[in-house]
Amino acid sequence: MSEVKNIKNLKEFSTSADRFEGANLLCPGCAHSIIVREVLNATNDDLILSASTGCLEVCTAVYPYTSWDASWIHIGFENSSTAVAGAETMYKALKKKGRLKQPERTPKFISFAGDGASYDIGFQWISGCMERGHNMMHIVLDNEVYANTGGQRSSSTPIGSSATTTPAGKISYGEKRNKKDMMSIMAAHGIPYAAQVSPNKWKDMVKKIQHGMAVDGPVFINAVSPCTTEWKFDPKDTMNIADLATDTLVFPLYEIIDGRELNITYRPKNVIPVEEYLAAQGRFKHLFKDEYKYLIKEWQERVDEKWAYLQRREEARV
Amino acid sequence: MAFQKMELKDIEVWDGNRAAAQALRQAQVDVVAAYPITPSTPIVEGYAQFTADGYVEGEFVMVESEHAAMSACIGAAAAGGRVATATSSQGLALMSETLYQASGMRLPIVLNLVNRALASPLNVNGDHSDMYMIRDSGWIQFDAYCPQEVYDLNLMAFKVSEDHDIRLPVIVNQDGFMTSHTAQGVRPLSDDEAYAFVGEYNPMNDMLDFEHPVTHGVQTEEDWHFEHKARQHNDLMTKAMPKILEVFADFEKQTGRKYNPVEKYDMDDADVCVVCMGSSVETAREVASEMRANGIKAGVVGLRVVRPIPFFEIADALKDVKAIAALDRSSPNGAAGMLFNEIAGALFNTNTKALLSGYVYGLGGRDLTKAHLVALYNELQANADAGKVTTQLQQFIGVRGPKLAFL
Repeated sequence: MSEVKNIKNLKEFSTSADRFEGANLLCPGCAHSIIVREVLNATNDDLILSASTGCLEVCTAVYPYTSWDASWIHIGFENSSTAVAGAETMYKALKKKGRLKQPERTPKFISFAGDGASYDIGFQWISGCMERGHNMMHIVLDNEVYANTGGQRSSSTPIGSSATTTPAGKISYGEKRNKKDMMSIMAAHGIPYAAQVSPNKWKDMVKKIQHGMAVDGPVFINAVSPCTTEWKFDPKDTMNIADLATDTLVFPLYEIIDGRELNITYRPKNVIPVEEYLAAQGRFKHLFKDEYKYLIKEWQERVDEKWAYLQRREEARV
Repeated sequence: MAFQKMELKDIEVWDGNRAAAQALRQAQVDVVAAYPITPSTPIVEGYAQFTADGYVEGEFVMVESEHAAMSACIGAAAAGGRVATATSSQGLALMSETLYQASGMRLPIVLNLVNRALASPLNVNGDHSDMYMIRDSGWIQFDAYCPQEVYDLNLMAFKVSEDHDIRLPVIVNQDGFMTSHTAQGVRPLSDDEAYAFVGEYNPMNDMLDFEHPVTHGVQTEEDWHFEHKARQHNDLMTKAMPKILEVFADFEKQTGRKYNPVEKYDMDDADVCVVCMGSSVETAREVASEMRANGIKAGVVGLRVVRPIPFFEIADALKDVKAIAALDRSSPNGAAGMLFNEIAGALFNTNTKALLSGYVYGLGGRDLTKAHLVALYNELQANADAGKVTTQLQQFIGVRGPKLAFL
């Protein structure tokens, strides 16, 4: 029987024992560790975890240390999803054969990967896991850049962002492409649950993680992970940036059930202009030059359009 | 038991792929994760049919690529159970990244590698390019020359791989088509005998033991990486071969079929000999006995254990011959062949005066004919008589156009 944690407030959350130790090498102000704690704190069930090569992996399992007080595996950059899918398959086999050491326990299988490892190099592996129906959750720690290797663009990098391989320069405003819509792609697999989450809305996140753990089948979670190093903001502002991401609707919080039914789970009381989100981060600094201000306007239009689309989807219930 | 056992005849007519699939069924593998590729496809098709017919209790999962197949095998092995898969050629190339990860993480996995050429040009037929490509990947590698050996070596592979002192993955090689698709008589064990031989899986560092969480696949930089690699090499060099010999001996006790790290045929008094792998060993054996009828003391040496390399056993097998041919079924692409180099390394620093020459043959499934081998043995005899290598050190045989020779 699954066991969910019922944590009432932030104070209780901050003192709740978890299975991800504070002793790790992530940057001060990194949202990855906050998200991981929020995810792991959603349940008391046993966990089988994986991580793709990336910030989370290189900062939490450097021999002879580990930050993980739950079984954890890293293989490579592209295959954290399949690693956990393999473990989940073994669980099924040993359960059937009566060879589990603790047969009464109900482990949860969770794969963590960055946006590079999910949107780009690990895309096929995740798609395979979703299609095959493994009982697992893949969580993208989406900081919209290859942060571990110093800030190269991924297909999650948003338009106008200056990344080291799409730098802003004398004749360029940086990344030219729109962020890939992974939520739609994953939902199109017909999986029971896909959701977008943000660490500042932790109750919303925990609710979604618990929902994802309760369903039978593959779950996809896209978590915005503000990156103090590559987005270029003060480490103390991580949650402020996350607030701006959700309240400008640049990063809307919603879920898609069974690939069809879309629910918006957070509606900001006061929607903030996108410009404020962009202005708070060094990666968009160049957009405030006169010749690129049209891009800020286009950003706002794009965000408005997407929000309208999500509302239409929600209303249509299809 | 929630699965059916299969009644087998004393002698079954199986090709190499069928023999491999049957061995996997009898070992009652917990997880097979695989992706089809010619010529290994019938192994997973056969296993799928066994699963569909209720002969397999474990999980069988067809994934979306060979890289994912080995990734899932790694996750499954780390979780704590018996794991196997099969592939060939381009599939092995795609999964090569994960092969190093599987061995570096010290996970027991059995991989049936049905040897096939590597593109380009694209080719589905048998040569040893894939086997050679991953020879430094830290896997133990066996080589089967016929379907019976494919079957036997699969059963033995699990025992070696899963031993707690070894914990290294094992590849069982067989020649694409020549072995994988050529049906021969195979004497199987009964299901009960085979499973008893392989034994129950005994997990170690298993992720599914919730009382003892374990971290697999850590980061090590210049402070620890070397020690991990050194330890893996140490275990391959010092622990793997004694275990292999023990398992070979157990198997002989049970079946009467004797395996050796280096197989010797007609070598007691041989003057000239061929060293090769795969189905060519059987061709060479036949030609060697015909050469003997013509007064040439010919012998054959086959490599059974490719990794860890049976270094001293190779030297010992070759210590009394006068001329040796190393037959490499993979293009060295700018070097002497792998077998040539291994043999040269094994014989250097010994007292042997044997002459060594190399031959590259059979690429992309080109036949190695008896006529090729007759000519080759005659060249070796000429070398032995002259007391020196009378040809260039590396020759291509069976290739169109003017004779190709190098070095």
